[in-house]
Amino acid sequence: MKYLLLINTLSPDSTEERPAEGPTVEDFMAFDKAVSDAGVKLDGNALDITTATTVHVRVNGERVVTDGPFAETREIVGGYYLIDVPDLDAALDWAARCPGARFGTVEVRTVWEPVQP
Amino acid sequence: MNEQRAARSVEAVFREDRGRLLALLAARFGDLDLAEETTSEAIEAALQRWPLDGVPDKPLAWLLTTARRKAIDRIRRDRAYAERLAILQVESDRAAPVVPAEAGFDDIPDERLQLFFTCCHPALSAEAQTALTLRFLAGLTTPEVARAFLVPTATMAQRIVRAKRKIRSARIPFRVPGPDELPARLPGVLRVVYLVFTEGYAASSGTDLLRPDLADEAIRLARILHRLLPREREVTGLLALLLLTDARRAARTDAAGGQVLLEDQDRALWDVDRIAEGQRLVVPALTGPGVGPYAVQAAIAALHDEATAFETTDWPQIVALYDVLLQIEPSPLVALNRAVALAMRDGPEAGLVVLDELTGADELRGYHLLPAARADLLRRLGRSTEAAAAYRAALDLVGNDPERATLARRLRELTDP
Repeated sequence: MKYLLLINTLSPDSTEERPAEGPTVEDFMAFDKAVSDAGVKLDGNALDITTATTVHVRVNGERVVTDGPFAETREIVGGYYLIDVPDLDAALDWAARCPGARFGTVEVRTVWEPVQP
Repeated sequence: MNEQRAARSVEAVFREDRGRLLALLAARFGDLDLAEETTSEAIEAALQRWPLDGVPDKPLAWLLTTARRKAIDRIRRDRAYAERLAILQVESDRAAPVVPAEAGFDDIPDERLQLFFTCCHPALSAEAQTALTLRFLAGLTTPEVARAFLVPTATMAQRIVRAKRKIRSARIPFRVPGPDELPARLPGVLRVVYLVFTEGYAASSGTDLLRPDLADEAIRLARILHRLLPREREVTGLLALLLLTDARRAARTDAAGGQVLLEDQDRALWDVDRIAEGQRLVVPALTGPGVGPYAVQAAIAALHDEATAFETTDWPQIVALYDVLLQIEPSPLVALNRAVALAMRDGPEAGLVVLDELTGADELRGYHLLPAARADLLRRLGRSTEAAAAYRAALDLVGNDPERATLARRLRELTDP
């Protein structure tokens, strides 16, 4: 079963105080190695959190391009993993091990599959 | 008429079996809908057959065989469905059952613990957890669950459908957490049972103070958990707490349904059997290192139950136990209860000092018992004007009618002696 782990991190525009000790690159590399070695990682990347561009196409076909994420939010997606594990508990375990969970949040989503009739 | 009676008695047998059957089928097929559908069909078949053929020697085995047959029929009829279940089956085969079979009950393993952990999974909302637990483990119908929470049946049905959909599509597993995960997951299950009980013990809204049906269901659920996890001390502690608290039920309301406070209760009405059972459970729950919050609360309840009068209650011991509880589970609510006990030990003035410190606490904002407790202490100190103001503040916040009546009566006694 495929789960998407969305790693939310404090938005660069947020005025909230940042934790003194954020996750290090080494933390994330160790997690990436663990998730790869376990054979559950299908994909995963860190995202540049300062270069978001948002596109919306209006009813009349007009394309509206704006700088930044869709809404002013406290948190922004800073990275993701697509993993294949047996059930939600296993997915939650990986999410909890992700360094992003200690300094922000990790949202666990399932990949939508059409409902069988 | 006779047939109806037979059907009713058969139905009573099912209250307990329904949960076990459902748990077995859910564990086997990994699908709550199929488990539910075939459980109902098997029970329907029993309602038709048993009044004619007599109740079989092993009713649960009969029901299980019948349900399994129905499930296999359903799978044969519906290929797409079968394929989806086959995928689920591979997964559930991986998880070996950890629960020992309950001795002496046919020879069928009890899979209800798995179902408890699924229904009380933290990925479900608190509301959904209680609804699913009452629906699938206590065996209540959806309209009964709706009535218990005073919401329309359609709302409750929707809530249950949504929760089941999440279990299926996010694939919340049917499994008992391993020994390393259990300490993190068990409190969630106990909390659901406790919430069902507290809703039954002092309804948050409505015309009745007590909803005994819910208190009974909670005790029943706690008993099941205790049978399944006899060595988990907090499970023992929870069951003890519920029994020792519920023992006072008959004395808590008067004939008109009005609230009778602990200090005014006729202690002869307390249920001695429940108290004795609770006392027996408190001892093992408290014994050993790392005592848990339910065990401590049960010990407090036991001290109340053992007192022959409100005044002769062992308040110093109760304050000491609240101190322990505050250490394990620091919360303003516990501090509030401690302050009330402290007032009994050291006098109203001492209690009032602590209550005033608590007044700013976020968790107690909107909680009627804080101003109510202040009001009582102010009244005992003869500070009538302040007491009246505090009673009015409590009246603005209280949810159920009998508690409202008690507060209004106190207020009248002060302002209109």
